[in-house]
Amino acid sequence: MNLTVEIGRLKLKNPVMSASGTFGYAEEFSDFVDLNKLGAIVVKGISIKPMEGNPPPRICETACGMLNSIGLQNVGLKKFLKEKLPYLNKLKTIIIVNILGNSISDYVKLSKTLEDSGIEAVELNVSCPNVKKGGISFGINDKMLAKLISKVRQSAQKITLITKLSPNVSNIPLFAKVAEDSGSDAISLINTIPALAIDIETWKPKLANITGGLSGPAIKPIALRMVWEAAETVKIPVIGIGGIMNAGDAIEFLLAGATAIQVGTGNFVNPGATIDILEGIEDYLKRKSINDIKGIIGGMNGKCTNNNSDN
Amino acid sequence: MSKNFRAKVINNFALNPRTFLLEIEPIEETIAPKPGQFYMIQPDSSYDPLLKRPFSYIRKSNGKIQFLCAIKGKGTRLMMNFHSNKIISMLGPFGNGYPIFKSNHISLLIAGGTGIASILSLSNEVQNKYLIYGARTRDELLLLDKIEELGDRFIVCTNDCSYGKKGMVDELLKDFINSHKDNINSIIIYACGPLPMLKAISKISAENNIKGFASLEENMACGFGACLGCAVKTKQGYQRVCKEGPVFPFKEIIW
Repeated sequence: MNLTVEIGRLKLKNPVMSASGTFGYAEEFSDFVDLNKLGAIVVKGISIKPMEGNPPPRICETACGMLNSIGLQNVGLKKFLKEKLPYLNKLKTIIIVNILGNSISDYVKLSKTLEDSGIEAVELNVSCPNVKKGGISFGINDKMLAKLISKVRQSAQKITLITKLSPNVSNIPLFAKVAEDSGSDAISLINTIPALAIDIETWKPKLANITGGLSGPAIKPIALRMVWEAAETVKIPVIGIGGIMNAGDAIEFLLAGATAIQVGTGNFVNPGATIDILEGIEDYLKRKSINDIKGIIGGMNGKCTNNNSDN
Repeated sequence: MSKNFRAKVINNFALNPRTFLLEIEPIEETIAPKPGQFYMIQPDSSYDPLLKRPFSYIRKSNGKIQFLCAIKGKGTRLMMNFHSNKIISMLGPFGNGYPIFKSNHISLLIAGGTGIASILSLSNEVQNKYLIYGARTRDELLLLDKIEELGDRFIVCTNDCSYGKKGMVDELLKDFINSHKDNINSIIIYACGPLPMLKAISKISAENNIKGFASLEENMACGFGACLGCAVKTKQGYQRVCKEGPVFPFKEIIW
């Protein structure tokens, strides 16, 4: 069975990746999964300087999901290269580093330094809702996004460039196209959806940051629609993210047109989720007598019939 | 040996209208816990509620693990209704646990409310110990049968004077310090309970130059260091209650 997929210059052994910010620097999951079996690992977002993150409480649960306002707490580029990368380099899987900056020059410096350190791919985080500067301000302005991606592309020419899109825009195809036209090798979506929860006894917001990003099964149908719209628009690979908990969810994203998928919040609930999903996809392909994963990518066809399997 | 395992519910009963005692037995091989460590328990296999919840264990014996659970919301209400033989999904043990010292000293264990669970996991492992336990009312003093064997080394109080001495544990701590003036340097405090209680104890121990450790509680999504949701402010910056904690030296915590 062929499970390999291509994202830019990368050849992934299968389409299952971890989502940034939910998988630490991979070592946190070594007790639970054989990391070498994953298609790729996307590590926690890295900024040039270490970031402390937001004050607690940082998370709260909501129906079929959770809000987080971690605020991109991370060890910074220098410490990442010195203390985290040696472990990641030992793994036999592709490492994708999610990067975040306050300015275009931050993103340029991060991607160039990582390229020079032998990293094969970066994911541009232009969609985090939990920080005041940078991040999402690029992801919701098409002209800024075009400029950012072009500058990074000019400077780091070998590295595979993935742009992680925000769901916080009214027109996903526009931003998907901007990413493609500016030199991004792939796009990944969606990041969390800005949201709010209030304690009705104290009348206070449940998060110290007031708002946070909603993730988990609650956002899956929205994510799936956006991934489908993006995949219909661009020729570069689309990586589907949003509420993927099991193989069935992952397969839906592949059918919608995603070339690969990322598991996020699902890792918290079941730290073995990535491998369970991978095995579930293999079982599904066997059951359907399909011997190549590419046989289902973008496979959603035509009109709805009245005999959907769920009903 | 896995930290991601299934377990069978052996026993589950109410101790008072807001608290229950849950006993489970892993049906896979698991890792032995250390005092002060915790487990994540999944209330339901649907996605609502989505996340597992952290619980300190009380004790592990004959392969069975006991937990003290307070009803806080939807998840714990579902757990209260776990029937015997139900198979549940769990993670753990996680966290650093209490540091145990070989030296000759007095271990002063201090618990407030359901904090007694974590303190009991430690009490079997230390010698020469005293236990101070407080709650708002007699009804909220839990598992007294398990601790009264300490005899006169067990001091209990309630805010409303419905059982034991009247007052708060920090007042009993001051009394304890006054009656142990001669060997104050050999006291080590281990505390678990509500944050205001821990804060008060930390202050008293700093004033008397007594070493102490507090086990903290915080919302967490994963329990094993990935989500960064359970951050607590310390002198080293934000640290994870699930990984660097839940037990921190008093002097490290920025209260």
